[in-house]
Amino acid sequence: MEATKVLDAKGLACPMPIVRTKKAIAELEPGEVLEIHTTDQGSKSDLTAWAKSGGHEILEDVEEDGVIKFWIKKGE
Amino acid sequence: MAMQEMTAGQVTKKIINNEELFILDVRNQDAFEDWKIEGYRFSYLNIPYFELIDGVKGIMEQLPKDKDILVVCAKEGSSVMVAEMLSEAGLDVSYLKGGMKAWSEHLEPIKVGDLNGNGELYQFVRIGKGCLSYMVVSDGEAAIIDPTRMATVFMDFAEEKHVAIKHVLDTHLHADHISGGRVLAEKTGASYWLPPRDATEVTFSYQPLEDEQVIHVGTTKIDIQALYTPGHTIGSTSFIIDQAYLLTGDILFIDSIGRPDLAGKADDWVGDLRKSLYTRYQQLSEELVVLPAHFMIMAELNEDGTVGKKLGDLFKENHGLNVTDEHAFRKMVTENLPPQPNAYQEIRETNMGKITPDTEKQREMEIGPNRCAVR
Repeated sequence: MEATKVLDAKGLACPMPIVRTKKAIAELEPGEVLEIHTTDQGSKSDLTAWAKSGGHEILEDVEEDGVIKFWIKKGE
Repeated sequence: MAMQEMTAGQVTKKIINNEELFILDVRNQDAFEDWKIEGYRFSYLNIPYFELIDGVKGIMEQLPKDKDILVVCAKEGSSVMVAEMLSEAGLDVSYLKGGMKAWSEHLEPIKVGDLNGNGELYQFVRIGKGCLSYMVVSDGEAAIIDPTRMATVFMDFAEEKHVAIKHVLDTHLHADHISGGRVLAEKTGASYWLPPRDATEVTFSYQPLEDEQVIHVGTTKIDIQALYTPGHTIGSTSFIIDQAYLLTGDILFIDSIGRPDLAGKADDWVGDLRKSLYTRYQQLSEELVVLPAHFMIMAELNEDGTVGKKLGDLFKENHGLNVTDEHAFRKMVTENLPPQPNAYQEIRETNMGKITPDTEKQREMEIGPNRCAVR
Protein backbone atom coordinates (compact mmCIF):
# COMPACT_ATOMS: atom_id res chain seq x y z
CA MET A 1 0.00 0.00 0.00
CA GLU A 2 1.21 3.52 -0.87
CA ALA A 3 2.10 5.54 2.19
CA THR A 4 3.02 9.22 2.34
CA LYS A 5 5.27 8.61 5.32
CA VAL A 6 6.63 5.63 7.25
CA LEU A 7 7.07 5.72 11.03
CA ASP A 8 9.40 3.16 12.58
CA ALA A 9 8.25 2.66 16.18
CA LYS A 10 9.76 -0.81 16.58
CA GLY A 11 11.15 -1.59 20.02
CA LEU A 12 9.24 1.28 21.63
CA ALA A 13 6.95 0.57 24.55
CA CYS A 14 3.61 2.14 25.31
CA PRO A 15 2.91 5.11 25.23
CA MET A 16 5.66 5.99 22.73
CA PRO A 17 4.18 4.34 19.59
CA ILE A 18 1.07 6.50 19.92
CA VAL A 19 2.96 9.63 20.96
CA ARG A 20 5.10 9.31 17.81
CA THR A 21 2.11 8.43 15.63
CA LYS A 22 0.24 11.49 16.83
CA LYS A 23 3.20 13.72 16.01
CA ALA A 24 3.76 12.15 12.60
CA ILE A 25 0.15 12.39 11.55
CA ALA A 26 0.03 16.06 12.55
CA GLU A 27 2.58 16.70 9.79
CA LEU A 28 0.39 15.12 7.11
CA GLU A 29 -2.45 16.58 5.07
CA PRO A 30 -5.96 15.10 5.36
CA GLY A 31 -6.29 12.06 3.10
CA GLU A 32 -2.57 11.23 3.23
CA VAL A 33 -1.50 7.84 4.61
CA LEU A 34 0.90 7.07 7.47
CA GLU A 35 2.49 3.63 7.67
CA ILE A 36 3.50 2.56 11.20
CA HIS A 37 5.71 -0.33 12.28
CA THR A 38 5.52 -1.38 15.92
CA THR A 39 6.46 -4.38 18.04
CA ASP A 40 4.24 -3.43 20.97
CA GLN A 41 1.28 -5.84 21.02
CA GLY A 42 -0.82 -3.39 23.01
CA SER A 43 -0.53 -0.87 20.15
CA LYS A 44 -3.11 -2.76 18.16
CA SER A 45 -6.16 -1.94 20.27
CA ASP A 46 -4.78 1.43 21.35
CA LEU A 47 -4.06 2.67 17.81
CA THR A 48 -7.49 1.49 16.73
CA ALA A 49 -9.19 3.35 19.58
CA TRP A 50 -7.01 6.43 19.07
CA ALA A 51 -7.69 6.56 15.31
CA LYS A 52 -11.41 6.26 15.95
CA SER A 53 -11.47 9.07 18.51
CA GLY A 54 -9.36 11.31 16.24
CA GLY A 55 -11.44 10.69 13.12
CA HIS A 56 -8.67 8.85 11.27
CA GLU A 57 -9.20 5.65 9.33
CA ILE A 58 -7.20 2.44 9.69
CA LEU A 59 -6.97 1.12 6.15
CA GLU A 60 -5.13 -2.08 6.94
CA ASP A 61 -3.12 -3.86 9.58
CA VAL A 62 -0.88 -6.91 9.24
CA GLU A 63 1.48 -8.79 11.52
CA GLU A 64 4.72 -10.27 10.14
CA ASP A 65 7.46 -11.82 12.29
CA GLY A 66 6.35 -9.98 15.42
CA VAL A 67 6.13 -6.60 13.67
CA ILE A 68 2.67 -5.06 13.42
CA LYS A 69 2.13 -2.72 10.48
CA PHE A 70 -0.68 -0.20 10.25
CA TRP A 71 -1.79 2.10 7.47
CA ILE A 72 -3.74 5.07 8.77
CA LYS A 73 -5.44 7.66 6.59
CA LYS A 74 -5.56 11.09 8.17
CA GLY A 75 -9.06 12.42 8.75
CA GLU A 76 -10.43 15.84 7.77
CA MET B 1 4.24 17.77 43.69
CA ALA B 2 5.37 14.23 44.13
CA MET B 3 4.76 11.18 42.02
CA GLN B 4 4.97 7.81 43.74
CA GLU B 5 4.90 4.18 42.78
CA MET B 6 2.15 1.99 44.26
CA THR B 7 2.49 -1.78 44.12
CA ALA B 8 -0.30 -4.28 43.48
CA GLY B 9 0.25 -5.45 47.08
CA GLN B 10 -0.39 -1.93 48.42
CA VAL B 11 -3.58 -1.64 46.38
CA THR B 12 -4.70 -5.03 47.73
CA LYS B 13 -4.25 -3.77 51.30
CA LYS B 14 -6.45 -0.78 50.47
CA ILE B 15 -9.20 -3.11 49.29
CA ILE B 16 -8.97 -5.34 52.37
CA ASN B 17 -8.78 -2.37 54.76
CA ASN B 18 -11.77 -0.77 53.05
CA GLU B 19 -9.87 2.42 52.21
CA GLU B 20 -10.77 5.00 49.60
CA LEU B 21 -8.87 5.35 46.34
CA PHE B 22 -9.52 7.33 43.18
CA ILE B 23 -8.44 5.43 40.10
CA LEU B 24 -7.62 7.28 36.90
CA ASP B 25 -7.55 4.43 34.40
CA VAL B 26 -5.86 5.55 31.18
CA ARG B 27 -6.43 2.38 29.14
CA ASN B 28 -8.90 2.54 26.29
CA GLN B 29 -12.59 2.36 27.05
CA ASP B 30 -13.14 -1.27 25.96
CA ALA B 31 -10.35 -2.55 28.18
CA PHE B 32 -11.64 -0.56 31.16
CA GLU B 33 -15.22 -1.73 30.74
CA ASP B 34 -14.14 -5.35 30.39
CA TRP B 35 -11.93 -5.45 33.48
CA LYS B 36 -10.73 -3.02 36.13
CA ILE B 37 -9.44 -2.83 39.70
CA GLU B 38 -12.42 -3.33 41.98
CA GLY B 39 -12.68 -1.99 45.53
CA TYR B 40 -15.65 -1.24 47.78
CA ARG B 41 -14.74 2.41 48.19
CA PHE B 42 -12.86 3.02 44.96
CA SER B 43 -14.06 5.63 42.49
CA TYR B 44 -13.05 5.83 38.84
CA LEU B 45 -12.36 8.02 35.88
CA ASN B 46 -11.48 6.43 32.54
CA ILE B 47 -9.69 8.67 30.03
CA PRO B 48 -7.43 6.93 27.48
CA TYR B 49 -3.82 8.12 27.70
CA PHE B 50 -3.78 9.06 24.04
CA GLU B 51 -6.26 11.83 24.80
CA LEU B 52 -3.87 13.22 27.40
CA ILE B 53 -0.68 13.38 25.33
CA ASP B 54 -1.07 17.15 24.84
CA GLY B 55 -1.80 17.81 28.50
CA VAL B 56 -3.98 17.08 31.49
CA LYS B 57 -5.58 20.53 31.89
CA GLY B 58 -8.91 19.26 30.62
CA ILE B 59 -9.31 16.67 33.38
CA MET B 60 -7.97 18.53 36.43
CA GLU B 61 -11.45 19.51 37.55
CA GLN B 62 -12.61 15.91 37.49
CA LEU B 63 -9.88 14.81 39.92
CA PRO B 64 -10.46 14.92 43.69
CA LYS B 65 -8.21 17.01 45.95
CA ASP B 66 -8.92 15.02 49.10
CA LYS B 67 -8.36 11.42 47.95
CA ASP B 68 -5.35 9.35 46.96
CA ILE B 69 -5.15 9.18 43.18
CA LEU B 70 -3.76 6.14 41.38
CA VAL B 71 -3.07 6.24 37.65
CA VAL B 72 -3.44 2.83 36.00
CA CYS B 73 -2.63 1.52 32.53
CA ALA B 74 -1.93 -1.84 30.90
CA LYS B 75 1.81 -2.15 31.57
CA GLU B 76 2.91 1.02 33.44
CA GLY B 77 4.44 3.24 30.71
CA SER B 78 1.41 5.40 29.96
CA SER B 79 0.44 5.75 33.60
CA VAL B 80 3.92 7.12 34.39
CA MET B 81 3.55 9.64 31.57
CA VAL B 82 0.16 10.83 32.84
CA ALA B 83 1.20 10.76 36.51
CA GLU B 84 4.23 12.93 35.68
CA MET B 85 2.00 15.48 33.99
CA LEU B 86 -0.42 15.50 36.93
CA SER B 87 2.42 15.89 39.37
CA GLU B 88 3.78 18.85 37.36
CA ALA B 89 0.29 20.32 37.47
CA GLY B 90 0.45 20.26 41.27
CA LEU B 91 -1.17 16.98 42.34
CA ASP B 92 0.18 14.21 44.57
CA VAL B 93 -0.36 11.05 42.54
CA SER B 94 0.75 7.43 42.31
CA TYR B 95 0.98 5.08 39.37
CA LEU B 96 0.44 1.33 39.52
CA LYS B 97 3.78 -0.49 39.31
CA GLY B 98 3.67 -2.96 36.42
CA GLY B 99 0.16 -1.86 35.42
CA MET B 100 -2.76 -4.24 35.01
CA LYS B 101 -0.27 -6.93 34.02
CA ALA B 102 1.12 -6.90 37.56
CA TRP B 103 -2.40 -6.55 38.98
CA SER B 104 -3.44 -9.73 37.18
CA GLU B 105 -0.46 -11.62 38.62
CA HIS B 106 -0.46 -10.45 42.22
CA LEU B 107 -1.07 -13.17 44.81
CA GLU B 108 -1.89 -12.31 48.42
CA PRO B 109 -1.30 -15.26 50.78
CA ILE B 110 -3.72 -15.15 53.73
CA LYS B 111 -4.01 -17.73 56.51
CA VAL B 112 -7.42 -19.41 56.59
CA GLY B 113 -6.91 -21.43 59.75
CA ASP B 114 -4.99 -24.01 61.78
CA LEU B 115 -5.16 -27.71 61.02
CA ASN B 116 -4.50 -30.86 63.02
CA GLY B 117 -1.19 -30.71 64.94
CA ASN B 118 0.85 -27.75 63.77
CA GLY B 119 -0.79 -27.67 60.36
CA GLU B 120 -1.94 -24.52 58.61
CA LEU B 121 -4.08 -23.72 55.61
CA TYR B 122 -3.32 -20.71 53.42
CA GLN B 123 -5.40 -19.17 50.67
CA PHE B 124 -3.57 -17.35 47.87
CA VAL B 125 -5.91 -14.65 46.65
CA ARG B 126 -5.26 -13.59 43.07
CA ILE B 127 -7.10 -10.36 43.68
CA GLY B 128 -7.04 -8.97 40.13
CA LYS B 129 -8.43 -12.03 38.43
CA GLY B 130 -10.40 -13.69 41.20
CA CYS B 131 -8.49 -17.00 41.28
CA LEU B 132 -7.94 -18.77 44.62
CA SER B 133 -5.16 -21.29 45.28
CA TYR B 134 -4.44 -23.14 48.51
CA MET B 135 -1.46 -24.46 50.43
CA VAL B 136 -1.71 -27.06 53.18
CA VAL B 137 1.35 -26.93 55.40
CA SER B 138 2.23 -29.59 57.99
CA ASP B 139 5.45 -30.88 59.58
CA GLY B 140 7.84 -29.85 56.87
CA GLU B 141 5.55 -30.83 54.00
CA ALA B 142 3.15 -28.94 51.77
CA ALA B 143 0.39 -29.68 49.29
CA ILE B 144 -0.81 -27.03 46.85
CA ILE B 145 -4.27 -27.02 45.33
CA ASP B 146 -5.15 -25.17 42.12
CA PRO B 147 -1.89 -23.19 41.87
CA THR B 148 -1.84 -20.35 39.37
CA ARG B 149 0.88 -19.80 36.76
CA MET B 150 3.15 -17.79 39.13
CA ALA B 151 4.91 -20.92 40.44
CA THR B 152 7.77 -19.07 42.12
CA VAL B 153 5.37 -17.33 44.54
CA PHE B 154 4.38 -20.75 45.92
CA MET B 155 7.96 -22.01 45.97
CA ASP B 156 9.19 -18.91 47.82
CA PHE B 157 6.35 -19.21 50.34
CA ALA B 158 7.14 -22.88 50.94
CA GLU B 159 10.79 -22.00 51.50
CA GLU B 160 9.82 -19.30 53.98
CA LYS B 161 7.73 -21.86 55.87
CA HIS B 162 10.52 -24.46 55.65
CA VAL B 163 8.31 -27.01 53.94
CA ALA B 164 8.89 -29.23 50.92
CA ILE B 165 6.15 -29.27 48.29
CA LYS B 166 5.13 -32.93 48.03
CA HIS B 167 1.80 -32.79 46.24
CA VAL B 168 0.22 -30.51 43.68
CA LEU B 169 -3.47 -30.98 42.87
CA ASP B 170 -5.87 -29.43 40.39
CA THR B 171 -9.61 -29.70 41.08
CA HIS B 172 -10.23 -29.73 37.32
CA LEU B 173 -8.78 -28.73 33.96
CA HIS B 174 -8.98 -24.93 34.17
CA ALA B 175 -10.29 -22.84 31.29
CA ASP B 176 -9.85 -19.31 32.64
CA HIS B 177 -6.25 -19.36 33.80
CA ILE B 178 -3.08 -21.33 33.20
CA SER B 179 -2.34 -23.86 35.92
CA GLY B 180 1.03 -23.72 37.64
CA GLY B 181 0.65 -27.37 38.62
CA ARG B 182 2.81 -29.00 36.04
CA VAL B 183 5.67 -26.49 36.36
CA LEU B 184 5.59 -26.73 40.16
CA ALA B 185 5.66 -30.52 40.05
CA GLU B 186 8.59 -30.47 37.61
CA LYS B 187 10.57 -27.97 39.67
CA THR B 188 9.98 -29.54 43.08
CA GLY B 189 9.63 -33.23 42.26
CA ALA B 190 6.12 -33.20 43.75
CA SER B 191 3.39 -35.53 42.50
CA TYR B 192 0.91 -33.84 40.17
CA TRP B 193 -2.63 -35.09 40.75
CA LEU B 194 -5.40 -34.57 38.19
CA PRO B 195 -8.92 -35.94 37.78
CA PRO B 196 -8.45 -38.59 35.06
CA ARG B 197 -11.71 -37.70 33.27
CA ASP B 198 -10.37 -34.18 32.67
CA ALA B 199 -6.97 -35.46 31.66
CA THR B 200 -7.80 -37.72 28.71
CA GLU B 201 -5.95 -35.42 26.31
CA VAL B 202 -3.00 -34.30 28.45
CA THR B 203 0.46 -34.85 27.00
CA PHE B 204 2.32 -35.42 30.29
CA SER B 205 2.19 -38.02 33.06
CA TYR B 206 0.18 -37.42 36.24
CA GLN B 207 -1.30 -39.21 39.25
CA PRO B 208 -5.01 -39.93 38.78
CA LEU B 209 -7.31 -38.49 41.45
CA GLU B 210 -10.06 -41.02 42.02
CA ASP B 211 -13.18 -40.58 44.16
CA GLU B 212 -12.41 -41.03 47.87
CA GLN B 213 -8.65 -41.01 47.26
CA VAL B 214 -6.87 -39.80 50.40
CA ILE B 215 -3.59 -37.87 50.33
CA HIS B 216 -1.62 -37.27 53.55
CA VAL B 217 0.46 -34.19 54.28
CA GLY B 218 3.10 -34.24 57.01
CA THR B 219 3.67 -36.76 59.77
CA THR B 220 0.67 -35.62 61.81
CA LYS B 221 -1.31 -36.66 58.76
CA ILE B 222 -3.62 -34.06 57.48
CA ASP B 223 -6.04 -35.75 55.15
CA ILE B 224 -7.01 -34.39 51.80
CA GLN B 225 -9.94 -36.46 50.70
CA ALA B 226 -11.12 -36.36 47.09
CA LEU B 227 -14.83 -36.22 46.32
CA TYR B 228 -15.95 -36.66 42.72
CA THR B 229 -18.30 -33.75 41.94
CA PRO B 230 -18.61 -33.30 38.16
CA GLY B 231 -20.55 -30.54 36.42
CA HIS B 232 -18.23 -27.63 35.62
CA THR B 233 -16.07 -30.20 33.86
CA ILE B 234 -16.63 -33.96 33.71
CA GLY B 235 -13.69 -34.57 36.07
CA SER B 236 -14.31 -31.79 38.63
CA THR B 237 -13.25 -33.03 42.05
CA SER B 238 -13.73 -31.42 45.47
CA PHE B 239 -11.42 -31.92 48.46
CA ILE B 240 -12.23 -32.22 52.13
CA ILE B 241 -9.25 -31.09 54.18
CA ASP B 242 -8.82 -32.21 57.78
CA GLN B 243 -12.59 -32.80 58.06
CA ALA B 244 -13.00 -29.01 58.32
CA TYR B 245 -12.69 -27.42 54.90
CA LEU B 246 -14.41 -28.21 51.60
CA LEU B 247 -12.50 -27.07 48.52
CA THR B 248 -15.17 -26.88 45.84
CA GLY B 249 -13.10 -25.89 42.79
CA ASP B 250 -15.36 -24.31 40.18
CA ILE B 251 -18.51 -26.19 41.20
CA LEU B 252 -19.70 -24.02 44.07
CA PHE B 253 -18.74 -20.41 44.81
CA ILE B 254 -19.82 -18.15 47.68
CA ASP B 255 -22.47 -16.25 45.79
CA SER B 256 -22.86 -18.31 42.61
CA ILE B 257 -22.31 -21.76 41.09
CA GLY B 258 -20.08 -23.12 38.33
CA ARG B 259 -21.01 -22.92 34.67
CA PRO B 260 -21.12 -26.18 32.72
CA ASP B 261 -20.33 -24.87 29.23
CA LEU B 262 -16.61 -24.12 29.05
CA ALA B 263 -15.73 -27.45 27.49
CA GLY B 264 -18.66 -27.18 25.09
CA LYS B 265 -20.92 -29.66 26.85
CA ALA B 266 -23.43 -27.63 28.88
CA ASP B 267 -26.39 -29.86 28.04
CA ASP B 268 -24.56 -33.07 28.91
CA TRP B 269 -23.11 -31.82 32.18
CA VAL B 270 -26.00 -29.91 33.68
CA GLY B 271 -27.35 -33.13 35.24
CA ASP B 272 -23.96 -33.84 36.83
CA LEU B 273 -23.77 -30.30 38.16
CA ARG B 274 -27.18 -30.61 39.76
CA LYS B 275 -26.32 -33.95 41.33
CA SER B 276 -23.04 -32.63 42.75
CA LEU B 277 -24.70 -29.55 44.26
CA TYR B 278 -28.06 -30.97 45.29
CA THR B 279 -27.11 -34.54 46.27
CA ARG B 280 -23.40 -34.98 47.02
CA TYR B 281 -22.84 -31.73 48.88
CA GLN B 282 -26.12 -32.16 50.79
CA GLN B 283 -24.71 -35.32 52.37
CA LEU B 284 -21.77 -33.42 53.90
CA SER B 285 -21.52 -31.67 57.26
CA GLU B 286 -22.94 -28.16 57.18
CA GLU B 287 -20.03 -27.10 59.39
CA LEU B 288 -17.49 -27.53 56.57
CA VAL B 289 -16.07 -24.19 55.42
CA VAL B 290 -16.43 -23.90 51.65
CA LEU B 291 -13.30 -22.61 49.94
CA PRO B 292 -13.85 -22.16 46.19
CA ALA B 293 -11.33 -21.76 43.34
CA HIS B 294 -12.70 -18.34 42.41
CA PHE B 295 -14.51 -15.26 43.56
CA MET B 296 -16.32 -12.90 41.21
CA ILE B 297 -17.06 -9.75 43.22
CA MET B 298 -15.31 -8.05 46.14
CA ALA B 299 -18.44 -8.53 48.28
CA GLU B 300 -17.44 -12.22 48.50
CA LEU B 301 -14.31 -11.32 50.48
CA ASN B 302 -14.42 -11.77 54.27
CA GLU B 303 -13.10 -9.01 56.52
CA ASP B 304 -9.61 -10.51 56.59
CA GLY B 305 -9.51 -10.77 52.79
CA THR B 306 -10.13 -14.51 52.61
CA VAL B 307 -12.95 -16.06 50.60
CA GLY B 308 -14.86 -18.80 52.44
CA LYS B 309 -18.14 -19.53 54.18
CA LYS B 310 -19.82 -22.43 55.98
CA LEU B 311 -21.62 -24.89 53.73
CA GLY B 312 -24.74 -24.55 55.89
CA ASP B 313 -24.82 -20.79 55.21
CA LEU B 314 -24.47 -21.37 51.49
CA PHE B 315 -27.41 -23.80 51.52
CA LYS B 316 -29.47 -20.91 52.89
CA GLU B 317 -28.03 -17.96 50.97
CA ASN B 318 -26.62 -19.09 47.64
CA HIS B 319 -29.27 -18.73 44.96
CA GLY B 320 -27.70 -21.50 42.86
CA LEU B 321 -28.35 -24.01 45.66
CA ASN B 322 -31.99 -23.01 46.01
CA VAL B 323 -33.54 -23.66 42.62
CA THR B 324 -35.97 -26.49 43.43
CA ASP B 325 -37.32 -26.91 39.91
CA GLU B 326 -34.98 -29.01 37.81
CA HIS B 327 -36.13 -27.44 34.56
CA ALA B 328 -35.56 -23.92 35.90
CA PHE B 329 -32.08 -24.99 37.04
CA ARG B 330 -31.25 -26.35 33.59
CA LYS B 331 -32.40 -23.11 32.02
CA MET B 332 -30.38 -21.00 34.45
CA VAL B 333 -27.07 -22.75 33.78
CA THR B 334 -27.40 -23.19 30.02
CA GLU B 335 -29.07 -19.97 28.84
CA ASN B 336 -27.96 -16.35 28.97
CA LEU B 337 -24.49 -17.27 30.22
CA PRO B 338 -21.90 -14.52 30.64
CA PRO B 339 -19.22 -14.20 27.91
CA GLN B 340 -16.62 -16.95 27.99
CA PRO B 341 -13.20 -16.15 29.49
CA ASN B 342 -10.57 -14.62 27.23
CA ALA B 343 -8.74 -17.25 25.10
CA TYR B 344 -10.36 -20.11 27.06
CA GLN B 345 -9.74 -22.73 24.37
CA GLU B 346 -6.04 -21.86 24.16
CA ILE B 347 -5.85 -21.88 27.96
CA ARG B 348 -7.35 -25.39 28.08
CA GLU B 349 -4.87 -26.60 25.45
CA THR B 350 -1.99 -25.06 27.41
CA ASN B 351 -3.17 -26.83 30.57
CA MET B 352 -3.28 -30.10 28.61
CA GLY B 353 0.31 -29.54 27.49
CA LYS B 354 -0.74 -29.41 23.82
CA ILE B 355 0.65 -25.93 23.26
CA THR B 356 3.44 -24.07 25.08
CA PRO B 357 3.08 -20.32 24.64
CA ASP B 358 5.88 -18.08 26.00
CA THR B 359 5.33 -16.13 29.23
CA GLU B 360 4.34 -12.92 27.47
CA LYS B 361 1.72 -14.78 25.44
CA GLN B 362 0.46 -16.58 28.58
CA ARG B 363 -0.01 -13.22 30.30
CA GLU B 364 -1.98 -11.92 27.38
CA MET B 365 -4.20 -15.03 27.28
CA GLU B 366 -5.12 -14.54 30.93
CA ILE B 367 -6.07 -10.85 30.66
CA GLY B 368 -9.50 -10.10 32.05
CA PRO B 369 -11.83 -11.49 34.71
CA ASN B 370 -12.35 -15.24 35.24
CA ARG B 371 -16.05 -15.60 34.34
CA CYS B 372 -16.44 -19.17 35.60
CA ALA B 373 -19.79 -18.73 37.34
CA VAL B 374 -23.49 -18.42 36.69
CA ARG B 375 -25.51 -16.34 39.10
